[in-house]
Amino acid sequence: MAEIVIRNLRKEFGAFTAVQQSSFTIADGEFFMLLGPSGCGKTTTLRMIAGLELPTSGQILIDGEDVSQKPASQRDIAMVFQMFALYPHLNVRKNIAYPLVSQGVAKDEVKRRVEEVARILRIEHLLDKGVGGLSGGDRQRVALGRAIVRRPKAFMMDEPLGALDAEFRELMAEELRALHDRMGATTVYVTHDQLEAMQMGDKIVVMNHGVVEQFGTPQDIYDHPATLFVADFIGSPAMNFLRFEGSFRAGDTSVSLDGIPIATPELQAEAAPRPLVLGVRPEHVTLTDDSPYRARVEASEYLGTTQIVTLSTPHGMVKARIPSGHVARTGETVGLSFTARSLSLFDAATGRAFRTAANAGVHHG
Amino acid sequence: MSAYSVTEPTGRSKLVAGLLVTLYAVITLMPLLWIISTGFKSGPDSISYPPKIVFEPSLEGYVNLFTTRTRVAAEEFQNLPPPDTWYDEIVRDQGMVIAGPSRFGERFLNSVIIGFGSTFLSIFLGTLAAYAFSRFKVPLKDDLLFFILSTRMMPPIAVAIPIFLMYRELGLSDTHLGMILLYTAVNISLAVWLLKGFIDEIPREYEEAALIDGYTRFQAFRKVVLPQAATGIASTAIFCLIFAWNEYAFAVLLTSGTAQTAPPFIPTIIGVGGQDWPAVAAGATIFLLPVMIFTILLRKHLLRGITFGAVRK
Repeated sequence: MAEIVIRNLRKEFGAFTAVQQSSFTIADGEFFMLLGPSGCGKTTTLRMIAGLELPTSGQILIDGEDVSQKPASQRDIAMVFQMFALYPHLNVRKNIAYPLVSQGVAKDEVKRRVEEVARILRIEHLLDKGVGGLSGGDRQRVALGRAIVRRPKAFMMDEPLGALDAEFRELMAEELRALHDRMGATTVYVTHDQLEAMQMGDKIVVMNHGVVEQFGTPQDIYDHPATLFVADFIGSPAMNFLRFEGSFRAGDTSVSLDGIPIATPELQAEAAPRPLVLGVRPEHVTLTDDSPYRARVEASEYLGTTQIVTLSTPHGMVKARIPSGHVARTGETVGLSFTARSLSLFDAATGRAFRTAANAGVHHG
Repeated sequence: MSAYSVTEPTGRSKLVAGLLVTLYAVITLMPLLWIISTGFKSGPDSISYPPKIVFEPSLEGYVNLFTTRTRVAAEEFQNLPPPDTWYDEIVRDQGMVIAGPSRFGERFLNSVIIGFGSTFLSIFLGTLAAYAFSRFKVPLKDDLLFFILSTRMMPPIAVAIPIFLMYRELGLSDTHLGMILLYTAVNISLAVWLLKGFIDEIPREYEEAALIDGYTRFQAFRKVVLPQAATGIASTAIFCLIFAWNEYAFAVLLTSGTAQTAPPFIPTIIGVGGQDWPAVAAGATIFLLPVMIFTILLRKHLLRGITFGAVRK
């Protein structure tokens, strides 16, 4: 098992820069998510760690050793591909045994380890079948088997659930996480599905346009997004953005939206008058009649225990997640209040969050 | 799963289709049957009119194909000891004696060496080139591929005279190596283009999985790409072999003695002692066999190969 350190990693394909100066650390035994929309450079980053692409510059350290220019075969890493990439001309047993055969492991040992892995993944009955007729879930298990049989330093997974049916995905996600917890192997997992990342990951790196936007635990990233992109990408419905002109000084505990003070965590920076964005999660919005900040109810969606109410404010649309017992009639004007310690304040021009007492400990990419 | 719908054909359309296919098969197989049956006819039967459908089979054609014969004076013929082998007897029945073996055997062997040799070389070079074009960033890739294709834009025989002169200077005329190189040069563009198509269809992930599983690039190519390209390689090999096997014009021009292949040799049988159609037919039958066997052996791959890549998966 291994710690993986990424330092100033950069990859250019001709004139196109896929990954720019990425740096982050994957601790030993961590389930690490590379998250972002398609084309953000997450897969390229994974492929560079695996050795399928060589970086243009920067370092990749696995257990302290710089492997950035080494071929994949010398990195002792296993990978699970999105389409599984099971060798179609080999049966399940041979597929799983393949990496061991390349290392020249003795026949008895190969047989023993393949069967052990098959037992863990509950695919013993499939060992002598061809891979062509397998269901998506079984292919996934065989691909996992081929990865874990080697006991590599780390696992790379490129959207391994992407090819599965929605209903099956949930189950495999649980199985994957359980498998990881049992083996404790460092795992790097690429996904574009923020829910999957939040659900399974110990740590998440959010990437966009080849840039690491934020790096941290799911909770940090959800509660204290470092940029507008992260705030918008993570969470469903997305974080509400109230756009306004304003200024503040270090030590302030509120900002003024058109003269109405809104309490925030203690601000640790200062800003001259400029366009600002106040970020607030839907669950941190409450409807109270006595708040001076007024909004009009536009619609509500019933979700069982909660409902999502869409409101129009002078600073844009806001979605609130409130208990479904609360009656919000369309057309009604209500007061809004926000949970102060959960608010984020962004510079509209740069998209970056300002330092506050709340997000001070959070790593900003 | 499929985006298109397929309806089961009706009984009548199946019948019509079956009849059409049968008719086509009969038309195509007719000349083949004619050649094979003529090979087993006696000389007079082979030219009788109307043609004999039912005839007494004879190995005369095959014996004549592999031997050269000579007439001897009538009184000497009477005094010969009785024939000691079955083929002696067949020749005696024609009023002749065996003078020696014909050259068909060695010409046929030349065809085998040159045909299979050039097919092997075309496939070997073609597969490596196609893999490189398919997987790596090759400078001027498109131009190179176009250049390779452009070698087919002119009928090869148009450059026969330059090649003839060049081969004479290089001492490649009438050599096995010369013919293998020539047929390889003609086939390689076909091989590169066909094989590139097949290799493009093989997802890169398979090789990448092998690279990560600890194999080198070459091992991944050999153990993962080659088995999956087998279909494409087999069908490309058949195309290459058929060309090299059947090629006539260059063979006539460039070979005469040591490296002459069967195609220019077979017509020369006609001139030996009258028009010996059974021998010609026997030669044609034997000549057909290797390609036929090769094709039948690889037919599963060939069928898949022809439709491969036609349907987007």
